[in-house]
Amino acid sequence: MAQQAVAAAPAQETRHQGGVPTWKRVLRYTVVRTIGLFFAVVMGVYLTILIANMGGYVDKIRMAEIQERVSIRFMNDPTFRQLPEEERRKRIEAEIALEAKRLGMDKPFLVRSFLYLRNALTLELGFAERMTSDTGSRQVRLIILERIPPTLLVFATANLFLFFISLGIALYLSRNYGNLLDRFFVATSPLSSAPAWFYGLFLIVIFAAWLRVLPFGGMVDIPPPPTRWGYFLSLLRHLILPVSALVLSALFISVYSWRTFFLIYSSEDYVEMAVAKGLHPRLVERRYILRPTLPTIITSFALTLISMWLGAPIFETIFNWPGLGRTYFQAVGFFDTPVIVGITVIFAYLLAITVFLLDIIYALVDPRVDIGGARRQQG
Amino acid sequence: MFRQVWREMRRYPSAMFGLTVIIFLVLLSIYAVIKYPYQEAIRLWRGGEDIWGDTPKLVPPRWYNWFRREKLPDTIILTSDSPQVEVVPQPSKKKGVWVDHYLMRFDFPYDDFPQEIQVTLTATYEKKAPFVVLVWVRPDGEEIRLKNATVKEGRFRYRVLQDTKLHQRLKLPRTINNIVGIMAQDPQAKPPKPMKGTYTLRLEVYRFGENDKIQAKMVAYGKVYGWAGTDHLRRDLSVALLWGAPVALAFGLLAAVGTTVTTMIIAAIGVWFGGWVDAVIQRITEINLVLPVLPILIMIGVFYSRSLWVMLGAVIALSIFGASIKTYRAMFLQIKAAPYIEAARAYGAGDFRIILLYMVPRIIPTLIPSLVTLIPSFVFLEASLAVLGLGDPVLPTWGKVIDDARVNGALYQGLYYWILEPSFMLMITGIGFASLGFSLDRIFNPRLREL
Repeated sequence: MAQQAVAAAPAQETRHQGGVPTWKRVLRYTVVRTIGLFFAVVMGVYLTILIANMGGYVDKIRMAEIQERVSIRFMNDPTFRQLPEEERRKRIEAEIALEAKRLGMDKPFLVRSFLYLRNALTLELGFAERMTSDTGSRQVRLIILERIPPTLLVFATANLFLFFISLGIALYLSRNYGNLLDRFFVATSPLSSAPAWFYGLFLIVIFAAWLRVLPFGGMVDIPPPPTRWGYFLSLLRHLILPVSALVLSALFISVYSWRTFFLIYSSEDYVEMAVAKGLHPRLVERRYILRPTLPTIITSFALTLISMWLGAPIFETIFNWPGLGRTYFQAVGFFDTPVIVGITVIFAYLLAITVFLLDIIYALVDPRVDIGGARRQQG
Repeated sequence: MFRQVWREMRRYPSAMFGLTVIIFLVLLSIYAVIKYPYQEAIRLWRGGEDIWGDTPKLVPPRWYNWFRREKLPDTIILTSDSPQVEVVPQPSKKKGVWVDHYLMRFDFPYDDFPQEIQVTLTATYEKKAPFVVLVWVRPDGEEIRLKNATVKEGRFRYRVLQDTKLHQRLKLPRTINNIVGIMAQDPQAKPPKPMKGTYTLRLEVYRFGENDKIQAKMVAYGKVYGWAGTDHLRRDLSVALLWGAPVALAFGLLAAVGTTVTTMIIAAIGVWFGGWVDAVIQRITEINLVLPVLPILIMIGVFYSRSLWVMLGAVIALSIFGASIKTYRAMFLQIKAAPYIEAARAYGAGDFRIILLYMVPRIIPTLIPSLVTLIPSFVFLEASLAVLGLGDPVLPTWGKVIDDARVNGALYQGLYYWILEPSFMLMITGIGFASLGFSLDRIFNPRLREL
């Protein structure tokens, strides 16, 4: 879906703001976007909860949590230990009913859904049913938090590579329009219809299974190397295949569409004017071609990035990468509902943060973007 | 107009390539549906020993042999009814005992050993169960007695590899199995080679009633099978590879058309009514952008249903407010200002009449390229779900084959055909549609044509 170079950033009020300094413009824009995106996240999470609770699953999580908490309290309390079995059970049940009432479990779903929303937004994600974090905790929040860094590591590395490699090749091709390499990229652009995990599969077949030069998956060797340097090297070795798969999956289409943008923009009159003035080709490229295309390129890059993000569960499963996506897949295998709902919520957050960061970059490179300016009357 | 597009398309090799691939896939789908109707495909794919008893386990396709000097054996199946099996009645020494020799002869011109040799005997008898001696005769004439057996309760099955007593009698070291023991010239050679020539499995059958009957079947499981190979459940992969085509095409096409059409109508409604309707649609689009689609689909798969059609509905529902609304919006804004819309309004056309009959049809030609380009992403989405174990529970699809292969360690065991075959099908589907879509894009968007 990334092929369509659609404006991810909403149609902003575009207006030239002659004297407003960049930081002020970006700051104002940031504030407005934060509010807008926060609203989007709230709605997204609420929708997720509605979908998850269509079969009463969130309710089940909450009830299980209450039951567990009450039972543990009774078990740890010596005064209750003396009571006969029957009596104690009755008291526990009464207590659970009371607790459920206190937390609003007796209220209609509409009211409760907002309670869940508050919990989800404040990351009170409850307790896992079967899974534990590496530190042994069953708090969903902890399970998720310790899985975020590996995911960020692989996706951020890949995206950095992707952006600069694509930009470099696209610029080169637009300079050498029509040569063999250019035609190669035009011809291979359909290859990007396959997602990253698919390339991962091929890379694993070639480099791990057949040539046996790189590991099949995982993040470090088992057992992990004792020294910090060794650990780092092992991590790098394990990063090669996943990062290459991510880059490969989007490279062809990015190069093809960016090169096309460059070519379109380089046929503008002002570029020809600049060339006629005798400016250095590199300067023309930087100031007259790259600058106006950058917003379009960032938008197309944003969509690529988002579609990559969404593929994380399957991508990390293929590479056995201990990130958020694989944990999601494991949770699916365990039927561990709290973790599934929790990670879905986190994904919504991560997506929003991605969109937000790209919006800010967008505002930084495109001087026309300014929301606040629409309301302020220009003197 | 079609003729014009066709003339344009013929100028693009990539368009012709894409079209060829798509036509091939469509023909393949038609063939698949005719060869294995829906119910039959499901029955085959879910079948167990009863359907896939005679196919070898985890073997590559037959064309694998083209790339090897040493030919891997095919599966050989002989039953007592087949013409090359000779039944020779023997003179009986005892009264009340009837003796027959079943001579099951087969040629073995291959360079590798069979995966396993299995003999199944079924008998109908009056009083006493028939008694059978299994003798293996090699091309050089040497005879090896494999087993003596009583066909108790009318059924007896013998597998050469599992016969530990035979292993002891042949005095083989632990590293050499029975098949090598009974077929190799020199079992100790490295690597051992099977003797080529005609082997005979002689069944010496002793019946204790004149009308007692015995049926025999020998299967020498090969190391290649069919044109697609088999999986861990002995299933012929060609069923899944064939059936994957109609499933992928149907899913991709329906999802692409469904999302494009709904998105387009929503965009048209927003543009036509403007004001708060437009604003609400824009905000929903923004919310939709932060919705984690794949995780939500996984959630639906886990909690509710894995059926392909439920997933299709969910996919369409989640992309109604997709990012492409913005592109359509820009197009509709131009159309809205066109004079013919004004004219339609003047003669009193209703809102929805204008949207559905005047605005939407106008942008359909420009939509076709993006629609074609969208198809592979949905084909791969279906495969992604299947690889996560959330494929349709009954239908065989390409993604499910990849999932089976991955889960059963095809990569570690070097069973590359298992993963590469469905991947290849997915790949050509993806490239086919994408090439056609990109070329169409160039044809419909003249600005791109020169580039």
